[in-house]
Amino acid sequence: MKEFMMIFRNEKNDQPKPSPDQMQALVKQWQDWIGGIAAQGKFVSTNALGFEGKTVSADGLITDGPYAEVKEIVGGYIIVKADDLNDAVELSKGCPTLLSGGKVEVRDVMVFN
Amino acid sequence: MQKELIPHLFKTEYRKIISVLCKLFGIVHIEIAEDITNDTFLLATETWGLKGVPQNPTAWLYTVAKNKTKDYFKRNKIFIDKIAVEIKNSQSNSDELEIDLSNKNINDSQLQMMFAICNPLISKETQIGLALRILCGFGIDEIAGAFLTNKEVINKRLYRGKEKLRLANIKIELPNEKEIEKRLASVLSTIYLLFNEGYYVSYQNLIIKKELCLEAMRLNYLLLKNIKTNTPKVNALMSLMCFHSSRFNARTDEKGGLILYNNQNKDNWDKELIDKGKYYLNLSSKGNEISKYHLEAAIAFWHSQNIDATIKWENILQLYNQLLQIEYSPIAALNRTYALSIVYNKTLAIKEALKIELKNNHLYHCLLAELYNDIDSKKVIYHLEKALKIAKNKNEKKMISNNLKNAKCGQKLT
Repeated sequence: MKEFMMIFRNEKNDQPKPSPDQMQALVKQWQDWIGGIAAQGKFVSTNALGFEGKTVSADGLITDGPYAEVKEIVGGYIIVKADDLNDAVELSKGCPTLLSGGKVEVRDVMVFN
Repeated sequence: MQKELIPHLFKTEYRKIISVLCKLFGIVHIEIAEDITNDTFLLATETWGLKGVPQNPTAWLYTVAKNKTKDYFKRNKIFIDKIAVEIKNSQSNSDELEIDLSNKNINDSQLQMMFAICNPLISKETQIGLALRILCGFGIDEIAGAFLTNKEVINKRLYRGKEKLRLANIKIELPNEKEIEKRLASVLSTIYLLFNEGYYVSYQNLIIKKELCLEAMRLNYLLLKNIKTNTPKVNALMSLMCFHSSRFNARTDEKGGLILYNNQNKDNWDKELIDKGKYYLNLSSKGNEISKYHLEAAIAFWHSQNIDATIKWENILQLYNQLLQIEYSPIAALNRTYALSIVYNKTLAIKEALKIELKNNHLYHCLLAELYNDIDSKKVIYHLEKALKIAKNKNEKKMISNNLKNAKCGQKLT
């Protein structure tokens, strides 16, 4: 099996921050989805990204925010094991990012020997 | 009463004496320690059989062990020249060889032996075997019974294990502060496997099973008694074992058959052990690390709660989600899917179950049969037949074939 990374992208939005209860429900949703991958023995690792960040440009310019020039913001990633790209795409089904109108980018992880 | 007293005494004193002697001689001479200990107990059997058990049998054993050790030193010149000098040098300025069978030294020696035996250098199977022999005082035939094999296999396995430890000249000591965390992980996983061996694995002999669990808890308790090894993880494992063993009496019927969780008489759950489980679970929450033992203890906590509320199963599901991310295991994957069926619904759980590649696991088919109950009776029969073909344990086979019989009569599973 090979490793694939799913990158979660959402459009930047100005909606108010979720309440603690909403957060709790969101965490459960994510955990149930990730748990489903882990139950197949295909989970490797994951991280969610926060809202703090700066973007550093080649010319030394540092801008506030992780989403300097794009409308989309990367919310996190998961690394999974799958037979091939199609299999990995199959695993992305049910990802909470998709439920909120976001996108999941599935990429193969390169191995250098 | 004496008939029961002697084997018990042999077991507890054997492991104390052998640990102290191993510690004294070093792992290189583990066989000498074993020989002296075995001789001591042989003499006890002979003498006590003729003259009756002495007033203080423990003191008798210690005296004989000490004398036999001194005799050995006298008889074996090479040993005196080489090893005895070293031992004497390491002991405080006394001419006489000290064999310290005080409680403190016994506990220290047992703890240090635990680290010596649970060394990743030797296989887990061998670690458990050696732990049972040296740390628990089990006889070779008992260990063979526990592993469902014969004495020769166990003898060979233990011999090779000791050989490896000898060749590597493993020190009998507590690892230093830097290493203790890592080495403790190996000790804990051996204790955990020892417990599971008793709790889940399928021999018919209930008494041995229970004893394995108790021994695992006793070893863990030794770790808790020492400040260096009393870590949150060690408390978590203790908590887990307390919660599980609280159901020991409720999970088997008079004939030794297995009673599933849902059908257990909750009054037979041991309240005292449940309280102990909670006590250690609290202690385990110090620090930031969440180990698999923490998660499994928390799951076991919820199972020990005799409530049918959604909150129980929601928590169990989330804990299994986390557990699977730390360490995958087929049983956790199946249990998670079962929790999913209760928190959401069976249709969703079936969808998730079908993604799991455990077609050669009888429990996988038992789970699917359970999930298809009320939904598709043909699938129930199909999966029970599969499960019956794969299952090896007699009790489980009986349970599955009963269910299959009922399913074929059109009855629902219970």
